[in-house]
Amino acid sequence: MKFNRKSRYLAGFLFLTVCVLLFFCLNLLTGSSQMTLSKMLGVLTGNSSDTTAQNILLRIRLPRISAAFLLGGALSVSGFLLQCFFGNPIAGPFVLGISSGAKLAVALVMVTALQIGISVSSWMMVLASFLGAMLSMGWILLISGKVRSMSLLIVSGVMLGYICSAVTELIVAFADDANIVNLHNWSMGSFSGTDWQDVRLMTAIVLTCVILTFLMSKPLNAYQLGEAYAENLGVNLKKFRITVILLSSILSACVTAFAGPVSFVGVAVPHLMKTLFGTAKPIIIIPAAFLGGGVFCLGCDLLARNLFAPTELSISTVTAVFGAPVVIWMMLHRSMKKYE
Amino acid sequence: MNDNLLRTENLIVGYGKHIVVQGLDFSVNPGEIVTFIGANGAGKSTLLKAISAQLAPLAGTVYLHEKAHISERELAKIMSVVLTVRIDPELMTCEDVVSSGRYPYTGRLGILSEHDRQKVAEAMEMTHVTELRDRAFLKLSDGQRQRIMLARAVCQEPEILVLDEPTSFLDMKHKLELLMLIRRLAKEKHIGVIVSLHELELAERVSDRILCIRNGKIDRTGTPEEIFKDDYIRALYQISCGTYHPVTGAELESVKGQPEVFIIGGGGTGIPVYRRLQRQGIPFACGILHENDIEYPVASALASEVITEEAFEPVSEMQFQKAAAVLEKCRSVICACTEFGTMNQKNLELLKLAETSGKIITENS
Repeated sequence: MKFNRKSRYLAGFLFLTVCVLLFFCLNLLTGSSQMTLSKMLGVLTGNSSDTTAQNILLRIRLPRISAAFLLGGALSVSGFLLQCFFGNPIAGPFVLGISSGAKLAVALVMVTALQIGISVSSWMMVLASFLGAMLSMGWILLISGKVRSMSLLIVSGVMLGYICSAVTELIVAFADDANIVNLHNWSMGSFSGTDWQDVRLMTAIVLTCVILTFLMSKPLNAYQLGEAYAENLGVNLKKFRITVILLSSILSACVTAFAGPVSFVGVAVPHLMKTLFGTAKPIIIIPAAFLGGGVFCLGCDLLARNLFAPTELSISTVTAVFGAPVVIWMMLHRSMKKYE
Repeated sequence: MNDNLLRTENLIVGYGKHIVVQGLDFSVNPGEIVTFIGANGAGKSTLLKAISAQLAPLAGTVYLHEKAHISERELAKIMSVVLTVRIDPELMTCEDVVSSGRYPYTGRLGILSEHDRQKVAEAMEMTHVTELRDRAFLKLSDGQRQRIMLARAVCQEPEILVLDEPTSFLDMKHKLELLMLIRRLAKEKHIGVIVSLHELELAERVSDRILCIRNGKIDRTGTPEEIFKDDYIRALYQISCGTYHPVTGAELESVKGQPEVFIIGGGGTGIPVYRRLQRQGIPFACGILHENDIEYPVASALASEVITEEAFEPVSEMQFQKAAAVLEKCRSVICACTEFGTMNQKNLELLKLAETSGKIITENS
């Protein structure tokens, strides 16, 4: 049994790593401009003088791939944190309205900044997004303190999401014509248009947060037994709660700031990983969710770019198509297990 | 009194402005089992929460090893708990749940050492749950879960074990097993145990000291012998319908009225008959019982009239006449008693009296 478990973990991580590499290459190779394997290898090893290929790969595709991978991982880890925290398997940054809150804040800042004619730096976007995420989080915490019902919490989160989206639409509708396209694209969710500067910033934020989350896997594990037992085991609940809220908010805010709202990744991927690894142990699931979320978003981005090329789909369209069935399957599976 | 494991000083517990229990001064020594009893809602759970630092006391102090302030990590090594809250650990095997008890001893990432694994195995052995090791926790019965939670608490290697109604979901066999285990932990490992129980007969058997909570304070403290006497339990639980006797336990309310049936009992033979008549709602009289007869408490709780004799004295003529007079007024007589000796010779005469008047009915009719 012990051996089985260990080899299952090993196999799981191996599988995820292979998937990451596979989708990485696929994403590099495909797109509106033709690319061959030899050309790609040439550019990557620095032996190619084909500047167009160089530009496409290094300036457009590689940053985009990095963004999809990092942000996907961030979303999924953020979702796992929220699920642990609320003891609710379908909690996630999108479902709880945190992403939408962040989106609203970013839209507000963008429109205001454009109106008064200053350019918005990535830092400002992240900050605005974080503030929006925290406001939504505050609302959700308020609700969760008042009601103990899981479904009510989700419903209020979804409603909050709708309200924020509606207000965002309103802002977009009144935005300056010149920027409306840009803003509209962003508010639908997309990894396109990411440059290396963005990638550097998101790498710093996401990796820091994910490593910090990983270091929290011990108290998270204790917390899975419920607050009372966690406290008895020596978890400082106040500190723990604040850390979890901050980490999950920063992670989902970072995603929203760079790619707009991306749905279902936060709920579906942690669940898929739990099923794949046969455990909910944070020490396994946190790195697995990060890799899995990355793979999931790489795959979805691949489809978003190529399915109806040259028209690009919004990333949420694709993640919803693959993520939502997972969530439905999970909920059915759970309610059936109860009557076993 | 420096060897107190735990001591409270003028502790007041409650929620917000609502005081649940106040003026708590008590201590627990190593190897001692201290039991809280009291009616539903008396505040036992609240009190246990305050002791285990889950709930900040409204006033007063809990001292552990005479220290008032203790870090969470220290506390986790001194005290473990088994609570009534249901847990919902996703995809965890029983071993995983038990292993969580090693939390205070593991490093930053909570990875178990060989020593930790051994402690987990020992704890599971001790609580007889080794065979459940790889089962999913959520698929267990409530009783099995309770034993897993106890194993978890044991492998935390506490000096004090706090258990909130640990027997609630268990059947009789597992109740006894659990209490035996608690005794072993107390006596062998010198763990101080603080437990709240509803089953009085178990509390009486397992506790070294019993604290009775009533009207928001500790009403009485003492050994089981001191608590389980007279009518105290009845007062503690404010039993107004029915009775509670320290030996024979709880009885329902007696059927009032003119006795219709007379029972000749003794030595415990009459108890099932009394209880049956009570169920059927038939008022009855019984006799002649010695005051130290095992069935006397039941008879006096259920019968409209009991004719008695002093302990260890042969039944006197006076009491016999009294019994005969009552028997005369009853429409039938049941003789539950099967043995007659010097002391209850008169009961045999009562039986003959009943036979001649044709009132006697056999036990199974």
